[in-house]
Amino acid sequence: MKSILVVGNGMVGYKFCEKFVAKETSEEFKITVFGEEPRPAYDRVHLSEFFENSDAKALEMAPRSWYEEHNIELITNGRVTDIHRGSKTITTISDKKYEYDYLVLATGSSAFVPPIKGVEKKGVFVYRTIEDLEGMMSYANELKKKNPNAKAAVLGGGLLGLEAGKAVMDMGLEPHIVEFAPKLMPRQLDSRSSKVLQLKLESIGLNIHLSKATNQILGEDAITGMEFGEDDVLDVEMLVISAGIRPRDELGNTCGLAMGTRGGIVVNNKMQTSDPEIYAIGEVALYNEMIYGLVAPGYDMAGVAVEQIIGNAEILMPSDIDMSTKLKLIGVDVASFGEPFMPASKGHSIIFENKTEYLYKRINVSLDGKKLLGGILVGDAADYNMLHQVYLNGMAMPEDPAQLILPASEGGSSFGSALDLPDEAQICSCENVSKGQICGAIKDGSCEDLAGVISSTKASTSCGGCKPMVTDLVNETLKSLGKTVKNVICEHFEYSRQELYGIIKAKKLTSFNEVLDTCGVGDGCETCKPLVSSIFASLYNDTPNKEDVAQDTNDKFLANIQRNGTYSVVPRIAGGEITPENLIVLGKIGSKYNLYTKITGGARIDFFGAELNDLPAIWKELIDAGFESGHAYGKSLRTVKSCVGSTWCRYGLDESISFAIELENRYKGLRSPHKIKGGVSGCIRECAEARGKDFGVIAVEGGWNLYVGGNGGATPKHAQLLAEKIDNETVIKYLDRYLIYYIQTAAPLMRTAAWLDKLEGGIDQLKKVVIDDSLNIAEDLEKEMQSLVNAYECEWKQAVENEEAKKRFTHFVNSEERDDNLVFVPLRDQKMPEHWNN
Amino acid sequence: MNSLLSKYTSVKEEEVKVWFKAASVDSFSKDGGACVKYKDKQIAVFNFERKGEWYACQNVCPHKMEMVLSRGMIGDANGIPKVACPMHKKTFSLENGENLNGDLDAIATYPVKIQGNFVYIGFSE
Repeated sequence: MKSILVVGNGMVGYKFCEKFVAKETSEEFKITVFGEEPRPAYDRVHLSEFFENSDAKALEMAPRSWYEEHNIELITNGRVTDIHRGSKTITTISDKKYEYDYLVLATGSSAFVPPIKGVEKKGVFVYRTIEDLEGMMSYANELKKKNPNAKAAVLGGGLLGLEAGKAVMDMGLEPHIVEFAPKLMPRQLDSRSSKVLQLKLESIGLNIHLSKATNQILGEDAITGMEFGEDDVLDVEMLVISAGIRPRDELGNTCGLAMGTRGGIVVNNKMQTSDPEIYAIGEVALYNEMIYGLVAPGYDMAGVAVEQIIGNAEILMPSDIDMSTKLKLIGVDVASFGEPFMPASKGHSIIFENKTEYLYKRINVSLDGKKLLGGILVGDAADYNMLHQVYLNGMAMPEDPAQLILPASEGGSSFGSALDLPDEAQICSCENVSKGQICGAIKDGSCEDLAGVISSTKASTSCGGCKPMVTDLVNETLKSLGKTVKNVICEHFEYSRQELYGIIKAKKLTSFNEVLDTCGVGDGCETCKPLVSSIFASLYNDTPNKEDVAQDTNDKFLANIQRNGTYSVVPRIAGGEITPENLIVLGKIGSKYNLYTKITGGARIDFFGAELNDLPAIWKELIDAGFESGHAYGKSLRTVKSCVGSTWCRYGLDESISFAIELENRYKGLRSPHKIKGGVSGCIRECAEARGKDFGVIAVEGGWNLYVGGNGGATPKHAQLLAEKIDNETVIKYLDRYLIYYIQTAAPLMRTAAWLDKLEGGIDQLKKVVIDDSLNIAEDLEKEMQSLVNAYECEWKQAVENEEAKKRFTHFVNSEERDDNLVFVPLRDQKMPEHWNN
Repeated sequence: MNSLLSKYTSVKEEEVKVWFKAASVDSFSKDGGACVKYKDKQIAVFNFERKGEWYACQNVCPHKMEMVLSRGMIGDANGIPKVACPMHKKTFSLENGENLNGDLDAIATYPVKIQGNFVYIGFSE
């Protein structure tokens, strides 16, 4: 068995191991890895995330156990001090000797510290390792104790410097960026884009100082400031140096490998150093007389070294290395690809700039207008993946290349689909995964879905930037194979919800068995039964009393089942408005039936712990006092939340409570594919959080703004503007159309936000249907809503007034006894069910 | 908790010693269920009219030990009659009690017979 020693356990060193163990012949080798840091390799690119959560584990490339599982010996805290090429051995800091057949140097780089007077002072840090960060964090905490407004500077306005600036800002210090060049990110951005980035960063609180050469660092023992010139001083109490990198090439030097004049170990296109048994990869390697400070080329080098060692001599490092990069800096998209700066002699540039929105886009096009040579994106890099592919694959450009970067409203259009790319197009540059590999994994049947493709190809597992493209490719490939998840309801119906809705409506079917016999098979199940019931409710306003056996338990018992099998009771309190007298009524009922009581997020009152047998009596009392069902249990309208609006509020522009009550009463009981919530705010302060609802209405000067398709929950989404400055009648007209259109076309259990996402054309299409009536269905939609509104009946009133309907509310069919299995325990001054033990 | 489950073991028709007269046929909704009390046991009984069959099983769901199966929806999975627990939609075969969408323990099932418009459930004790 041959021995490979890997010196350095950073991202590239780790990648070498990962690529090596994936090879079939890897068992013929024994890998030993030496890391100088105390922990296994972690993701340095996302180092600033460590400030947000201090979770070093989350940054790990792989846990320590991964190395064991793959039979790799990982020696951390194990710096290698000498290489003895004659005996093919190395020694470590603890004086241990190891023999090698192949040696891989992946020692990376260290922060370059310029020789400025005073850099040794306390409070001056470099930005490179988790230990550096921990040092900065504890120093910053001490500073803040003494002075909550303490300032910190970052020396260097490049990529890493700006990341460090974010870290400093997150630590609660006033951040200053000091850059020697006259612009930020001088290597990636041109002057104009750099200016746009600067404006954006300044708007979020970064102070930026350009064209500053630091003469000395001031302070006695600890830093108190930086001096740039006479009378040009910046007072700061901490300094982070991020002025570039220097290869960690000491080992190469001492053992006599060929070195670059300014550092770096020289390698050929096999990643071999001047000693063919010693390889160098990543930021320590000098290739093409360049040090490549990006992850993607480092990973490629790791791959080449692996292939060379196992004997695939034909796999070489290309001479052209793509330095394209896309990242999010402090929440701002920045990307550059190909040749970002191009002399006018080589081609034309098309530039789109909007400083008010902090947007800049530039593409460089060949003189004949046929090829994309490179470009820069700041503020919005959504087009990066596509542009990068067009550039890499030399794809033909549209007739008017400006379309590639213009906003859609200006006549721009996104360029083709990912499926148009050639098979060899590299989709994931970090992991070097091509389109052919991604699509092939689906086509050859080895993977069935996105998760499978990602785990088998590793695409998008590094920086994640290509994830949207990988997702598109997987979906499109599935579609092309006819494998589209046809959204059939379940084994009993070969239809989507929308199709079944149409069938039931056309054939006027009215019972579950009728539907099953007409267009289904078998006996139904817990998926199709409630779905069909919901369609009946949406079509005919049938309440659950009509066919209770085909309802989900909450609808069957008109109450929400809780975790011990008791139920909750929620009467409607439209708009959250309630008289003191009615509050007293509720208080008395809650007290009489010993119910746990709480105010809900929808501004109404919820009683918990009601036993099945008590539900009709509780509701009888509520109904006698004038309350009605709140439909809290149904996939139906819940509440329309409101602020007090101009009724009371000195800022209110319109009567939001009155309008909320009107809307809630109009749509109460409306059954839909999922629950629906609304909100009405009296001004743009938005106290009703209307934009977090399925529909939201906000008073503005001159009318109401109507928003649709928002929700809280697992994937929060702001509602989108459907219409502006409209009056009450128009709001209702548009809402009628929107809600029925949603009810008719959504998939089961799909809320409006997801529905709108999936709707082809999105909000613009919805505007066409709802406002312009492009499908010529507006009148039908309104009629349908009006007939539902007219047919509304309180289902609890029906239930308590009908002896037959009431029969189902008993725990035992053959006894008046209660469920003796229920156990409650005290909670503050109320009660709760005992905890689950399993 | 286990003492709760240990009360329920499946009974085959030939093992029945007691046919318990539970309630009249019309106390049970068509294609629905209800809970029958027998001594200290709670038994869920289903009138599966579409199949022309009656089924009985323990009322307690072995997932969270709540007395709720009688309130579940019935249906079939590839022809096997089943009930879905209303709590978390765990489904169980009404024929042999097997958990069809997970690996929970099987629930106990009991024979049912209809005689003179009454529903009888078979117990071994």
